[in-house]
Amino acid sequence: MSLSLVGLALASEGESEGFHAPSPEEFYWPIFGSGDWTFTRPMLMMALSVLILGVLLVTLTKKAAIVPGKGQWMVEQAYDFVRNGIARDIIGSKDFLKYTPLLFSLFTLILLNNLFGIIPPIQYPTMSRIGFPIALTLIVYAVYHIAGMRRKGVGHYLSGMIPKGLPKPIYALIIPLEYATYFIIRPLTLALRLFGNMFAGHMLLLLFIMGGEYMLLHGGPGLKVVSVGSFLMALIFTAFEALIQFLQAYIFTLLAATYISDAISEEH
Amino acid sequence: MHLTGLAPLVTFVAETEGTAGGDPVAGRTPILPLWGELIFGIIAFAILYWVVAKKVVPNLEKAYAARAAAIEGGMAQAEEAQAAADAAKAQYEAQLKDARTEASKIREDARVQGTQIVNEMRGQAQAEATRITDAAHRQIEAERSQAAASLRGEVGRLSTDLASKIVGESLHDEARQKGIVDRFLAELESGDLKPQKVES
Repeated sequence: MSLSLVGLALASEGESEGFHAPSPEEFYWPIFGSGDWTFTRPMLMMALSVLILGVLLVTLTKKAAIVPGKGQWMVEQAYDFVRNGIARDIIGSKDFLKYTPLLFSLFTLILLNNLFGIIPPIQYPTMSRIGFPIALTLIVYAVYHIAGMRRKGVGHYLSGMIPKGLPKPIYALIIPLEYATYFIIRPLTLALRLFGNMFAGHMLLLLFIMGGEYMLLHGGPGLKVVSVGSFLMALIFTAFEALIQFLQAYIFTLLAATYISDAISEEH
Repeated sequence: MHLTGLAPLVTFVAETEGTAGGDPVAGRTPILPLWGELIFGIIAFAILYWVVAKKVVPNLEKAYAARAAAIEGGMAQAEEAQAAADAAKAQYEAQLKDARTEASKIREDARVQGTQIVNEMRGQAQAEATRITDAAHRQIEAERSQAAASLRGEVGRLSTDLASKIVGESLHDEARQKGIVDRFLAELESGDLKPQKVES
């Protein structure tokens, strides 16, 4: 599969120098173009995911039947999970419907792109390229700040971030901390968490599979036996990755909802 | 395979430029974005968001609303049916009560009427019996008088015949003329005449 191909390429390249551990450069997959405007494989996957989701969601919900068919029922399960389990629980029943499309889009897009990491023949998590988590984070960032400012007015929104009733000297510490939280730390962690999990997970799988392959093809008889263990670990971690991929999609959506809720709620 | 067709391309790129260091962005720290990918990500999300917000969510919300309405409608319908059933039951019970009252009234009437009929019949039968008895009495009386009258004539004739035989001449006319037989019989009835031994 793809990983083995990378492994083969590396192995053939480094046959004289021995095993090369997978490096971050493995994540760069240009298709055409060069520099910052290269069209890359993750971009193709992102386009593919939007196409799949768009077509699937629209066709399965087109009937909007009272008694849903199998397809509509499955979409409804996912939609219910985001709508009731995340949006309504966190944002509250008054405003949640307005943000449900955003959260549902985020959840499905991240989930599918994460799952690409273990779905053959793609086997590459789109979100392990930090451009994509940043793109989604920028959208969430814009949404929650704009929502807060429109709800409360710019001044009131900014002052509302600072808790009231504290001793004066503490404000010297609190004010920069709170603003840093709202404007820098939250978006940074949101993007990095998703990126880091996908990047590390993929790296781990690369390592086990490439390592196993190298031991099997180039190692002695002892290493050939050990390579079975390496492939086994790759299998176990693939299952584990599936969990993490779902979890990260959930966490990203959950935090987005939390930030929106924070921005529009009256009390800090 | 990496999207089957791409693999040779990738190896080609790797061979011509070299993945490590050839392209300046290939070696970029993984936490710095490729601008193309970032902007592409925003556009891709915007497209998906548009589809979801315009097509998917409204449809699902419509289905939810229709479903809620259907459930509420079903409940209202059930309540209506319950009310109708209650009304029908009340009506049925009222009718049953009426029917019972009427039945008992009819029974009462029938009893009264029956008694009346029996009494009437009894009276009629009594009258009939009396009438029949009276008629029988009258008939018996008539027959008796008739028998007595004819007997009287017969006895008279027999007596005169007997006497004529004894006397030797016809006494019929004389006896009739003089009412001897009648007188004799009357005396016999009244008991004035003592039976006497006929001398030979």
